[in-house]
Amino acid sequence: MNYLLIIGITLFVVLSIAAGLIWIERRLLSVWQDRLGPNRVGPFGLFQVIADTIKLFFKEDWVPPFSDKPVFILAPGILMVTILLTFAVIPFAPDFYVFDSNIGILFFLGNSSLGVYSIVLGGWASNNKYSFIGAMRASAQMLTYEVFMGLSLMGVVMMADSFSFRAIVEAQKDCWFIIPQFFGFVVFFIAGVAETHRLPFDIPEAEGELIAGYHSEYSGMKFGMFFVGEYLGVTLISAIIATLFFGGWLGPSFLPPAFWFFLKTFFFIFVFILLRASLPRPRYDQLMSLGWKLLLPLALLNILITGAVLLFLK
Amino acid sequence: MSGNQFMFYLFGAVIVIFSILAVTSRKILRAAVFLLFVLIATSGLYFMLNYQFLAAVQLTLYAGGIVVLIIFSILLTSHISEKFEPIKPQKSIFSALAAIIGAVLCIITLLDYNFKAGNAIAADLDMTVIGKALLSYKYDGYILPFEVISILLLAAMIASIVIAKKIKK
Repeated sequence: MNYLLIIGITLFVVLSIAAGLIWIERRLLSVWQDRLGPNRVGPFGLFQVIADTIKLFFKEDWVPPFSDKPVFILAPGILMVTILLTFAVIPFAPDFYVFDSNIGILFFLGNSSLGVYSIVLGGWASNNKYSFIGAMRASAQMLTYEVFMGLSLMGVVMMADSFSFRAIVEAQKDCWFIIPQFFGFVVFFIAGVAETHRLPFDIPEAEGELIAGYHSEYSGMKFGMFFVGEYLGVTLISAIIATLFFGGWLGPSFLPPAFWFFLKTFFFIFVFILLRASLPRPRYDQLMSLGWKLLLPLALLNILITGAVLLFLK
Repeated sequence: MSGNQFMFYLFGAVIVIFSILAVTSRKILRAAVFLLFVLIATSGLYFMLNYQFLAAVQLTLYAGGIVVLIIFSILLTSHISEKFEPIKPQKSIFSALAAIIGAVLCIITLLDYNFKAGNAIAADLDMTVIGKALLSYKYDGYILPFEVISILLLAAMIASIVIAKKIKK
């Protein structure tokens, strides 16, 4: 298939999922909180997203006069670019991917570490105390959890003998990696929530303490990019969990492979939303001690045991 | 101009322009951001050479890791309104001279050297090859530098813990 066509379809699918998630999240949260949510615009309130997008486009795109303007304008773009680039290495189906690279996981980790800049630079360039505190929190949180994120995936890499997402899916033909790599999955999932700074780990933007954290000064479509970027991040982490631990496109053959991939991805997106509906936000020091005192030893132990078992079986 | 050539010149232009901006900018955080662009464009060059492992390492370690630490320390130590004082003209003339002489020397050496296209196929190495080379203790292995660097990092870690630890009175 034509490359440009595949890139176009991938972008279209991913961006419509991210936009649709705004509606899905509001409706699901309502279900869990015993209320209705947006249900007036269009069937089931589906057009609420379109109305919101039009509103965001027409809002005044204000750049604060006290900010560092070029950096302020650049910051939201970095988030979108890094997340959308990562979707290039994720295979939606056996023959539907933009770029099958033998460094797929490294590419994902590299891009997710570039995503930090968006938040740090955005919060710093706003020249606002709340934004600045949000940016400091975000940088420490994301740098910390990136470590466990990378370490938790090493077990998967060892078992599949490859960094390529396609090879990893094919290695799961007999047994999904969730069973031998359960601890890796747990660490990766928690690190993924922290990396997208979704609730309960939304400490960088904790609205009760910091107004809106690093994006307090943003409005209009720049805020929209942070907003959609968060949903893109949720989609990305869910897609990666589905690919690395739950067999990606693998599934009974009466339905197309892409269907299985999206089914699994959406399951984890719903888990993300359920987390937001049910868990309170931990304190900052609790987040750090959870990471360094529990997740890091767990991830290291996982690597050690996986390596030992693999050597033993050889 | 083919697409590959276009991308090469694009990355080259990004590297040259942002390197100059990084050393001439008077705001320290902006200089760090310019450095970030230079490192990302360098990783793009590695991708073009089909050396994907090095490209990913460049992206993860240099662009993603080291510049974050630089920016982190800038955030801790300086304020947004801070600006460096403009450099004295004689200082900038001398540094420009030094840079130009260095560049000319490099270009002369590069042009002098008789580059030949090798026969090796431009294929990326398998991950297992890289991993085994890192752990190999034979003449082409990297276990010794690997261990030396580990000791260096361990020493740095211990030192930072000692410095960060409060002295009991």
